[in-house]
Amino acid sequence: MTDRKDMPNIDPALLRGLTQRRMSRRDVFRAAGVGVGALSLGAILASCGLSGGGGGGGSASASAAAVDWNAAPTGKLNFANWPYYIDQAKDPATGELVYPTIQNYEKKFGSSVNYDEEIQDNAGFFGKIQPQLAAGDYTGRDIIVITNGPTLDKLFQLNYLVELPTDMRPNFDKYASDAVKDPAYDPGNKYTMAWQSGLTGIGWDPLKVAELRPDNPTITSINDLYDPAFKGQVGMLGNSEDLPNLAMLGLGIIPEDSTPDQWQETANKLTEQLDAGIVRQYFEQNYITALRQGNVALSMAWSGDIFQSNLTGDPEGLQFTVPDEGALIWTDNMCIPIGVENAVEAITMMDYVYDPKVQAQIEDYNGYICPVPAAQDIIRDVLDDPDTADSPLVFPTPDEVAKLHSFRVLTPEETLQWNGIFQPIYQS
Amino acid sequence: MTSGGAPGADGVIKAAAPLAEDVAPPPRRRGSVRKKAVPYGLSSPAILWLTLFFIVPSFFMFLVSLSTGTVGQLQFAWKWSNYTTVLKLYDNYYLRSVVYALIVTIILLIVAYPIAYWISFYGGKRKNVYLLLLLLPFFVSFVLRTVQFQFIFSDDGPILGPLKNIGLLSASFHLLSTPAAVIGGISYNYLPFTALPLYVALERIEPRLLEAGRDLYAGRWSTFWKVVWPLSIPGVFAAFLLTFVPAVGDYVNSSILGGPGTTMIGQKIQTLFLTNFDYPGGSALSFILLLILLIGATLYSRALGTDAVMDAAGR
Repeated sequence: MTDRKDMPNIDPALLRGLTQRRMSRRDVFRAAGVGVGALSLGAILASCGLSGGGGGGGSASASAAAVDWNAAPTGKLNFANWPYYIDQAKDPATGELVYPTIQNYEKKFGSSVNYDEEIQDNAGFFGKIQPQLAAGDYTGRDIIVITNGPTLDKLFQLNYLVELPTDMRPNFDKYASDAVKDPAYDPGNKYTMAWQSGLTGIGWDPLKVAELRPDNPTITSINDLYDPAFKGQVGMLGNSEDLPNLAMLGLGIIPEDSTPDQWQETANKLTEQLDAGIVRQYFEQNYITALRQGNVALSMAWSGDIFQSNLTGDPEGLQFTVPDEGALIWTDNMCIPIGVENAVEAITMMDYVYDPKVQAQIEDYNGYICPVPAAQDIIRDVLDDPDTADSPLVFPTPDEVAKLHSFRVLTPEETLQWNGIFQPIYQS
Repeated sequence: MTSGGAPGADGVIKAAAPLAEDVAPPPRRRGSVRKKAVPYGLSSPAILWLTLFFIVPSFFMFLVSLSTGTVGQLQFAWKWSNYTTVLKLYDNYYLRSVVYALIVTIILLIVAYPIAYWISFYGGKRKNVYLLLLLLPFFVSFVLRTVQFQFIFSDDGPILGPLKNIGLLSASFHLLSTPAAVIGGISYNYLPFTALPLYVALERIEPRLLEAGRDLYAGRWSTFWKVVWPLSIPGVFAAFLLTFVPAVGDYVNSSILGGPGTTMIGQKIQTLFLTNFDYPGGSALSFILLLILLIGATLYSRALGTDAVMDAAGR
């Protein structure tokens, strides 16, 4: 019923553009048309408030954030998520695309869900709903899914998210993995619950690596990204999260606890790599194509891309490595924006997907890092898909989990400094 | 586009002059308010369009560019230092974008002029077919074309691969991730913006003028330089502006085809808005770009004469 092969057979690079790594995806598709232009009208008009000095502008008021959790369910739910992120099937009768998990939820709770795969990048989506949030109005969405990073931080800073009732998520308390409980960016999961996670590590082409470095044909370390043997053949991720944080791991710095001095040290290392001509390109999103076309031998990469690239029949097969020094884990988070109209339904759904049986069905479709370890056995035994169940990219082993780190959480002042240090490197 | 379907017909040159709205006949002084209102009525959609989608947003962008704070907390503060700050940080990106766009425009003028010339003078009855052929690749989405460009010129792709195999290029040679790829990509994508205005200008040239030139003992070259070229200048002017202005702000090509050291100002503006949420900085950056282009275009039209602009624009 939930078959990943239902996914359209398109270039993984494009697919990844649509489905993966939500953080910095510039989404050239959308950007080519609307991008900044759309923001300049919609978002700016509202966000500048026209007040010319109206105080704190759009920061949300307390009343908009107040929610009555004891209210009766409304029987409606508007859920905004990323494309290809929940199991899909064809309705045998009508041939229409349906979401079995959503249908099951509707049956169980007597609810009507509008599941909209409308989020294509964090910042762009934020720009779209920001005017309503600033006004404290209902955005038309009860659940949104945002990656940890600048956009989520911005939502926190502006008080645009509803505090979740901790006593209304029994499945989450019971089944959520340690990796998604109590994250650094949201202590105690006060505002967010993970949808799925992914890794930032190193993707590489075994043939090309063997050709360029015959004496040591495997990639095991972040330092391999600096090896002159791969001069002009190394891809780096061109964004303010993956690049600095992974490079810090390479220097033995724990990104979560890093200091500005250590940022500078990291930047120096990256500049050295750039000046030595080792970097071929700072990729926004198309590094998979470059790996497959042989333009780069190795590149910083997101786990899901390699998984899906190999799934769509890449002949040689690319490898994904969690480096010895560690890798980064990022998480797409379900959260409830202020002004919500169906809050009780929202928290019910957010907890529902933490039921291992439900999660197994979702996980078996999308193949990201599963937030519910108990789903593993169900995927293997009930859904009969040992490949997914035993993939370390879906269910990392405890050893691997111990090597995973999160992005540094930055205050607004720190963000300025951070961007000032790292942006000139990847946008030179 | 195809006004002169019959190239030999009489009076084509003058007949195709400015549009109706400019030529409310002056001498008939009937004083009718309606007559006077006609030009305004006709141009009101354009005025409304520009007001709604250019002047109003520009005004707000200007306000934001003088504000402090980040999205959601912007406060208007006459903060002119936003401008000096971004200028200091990003001046080299402006310079690079202008240089890239200039190179692109010159390449395109050299490439597109012979094409447009050939179609308008030798296209015969199939002119429209040739024009369609010229435009055909552009029926495909902009981004897909750029991605295909990436595929064709990949390191071991259909072009560089064979050249490397026969030893003409070294194994480490690559086009992608270089300024050449960015300039090539923009050039490819903007070809119609250059070719069409050139075609329109060349199309309007009366072929018998060329014959006259020959009759007066001018060679092929001097006929071209003394007759065709001057008559096509308005087209060259329009083509230059239509290519150069959007090329300066292009950011798709440099982000897909570029590498270290090819970042253009459009990418920086995008980063300031979408990554850094620095709306004041991004607005200031955009406004400076707008000013550079406006001043540049004004100087340029002064140098070439405003008549040429109006003439070119009038077509």
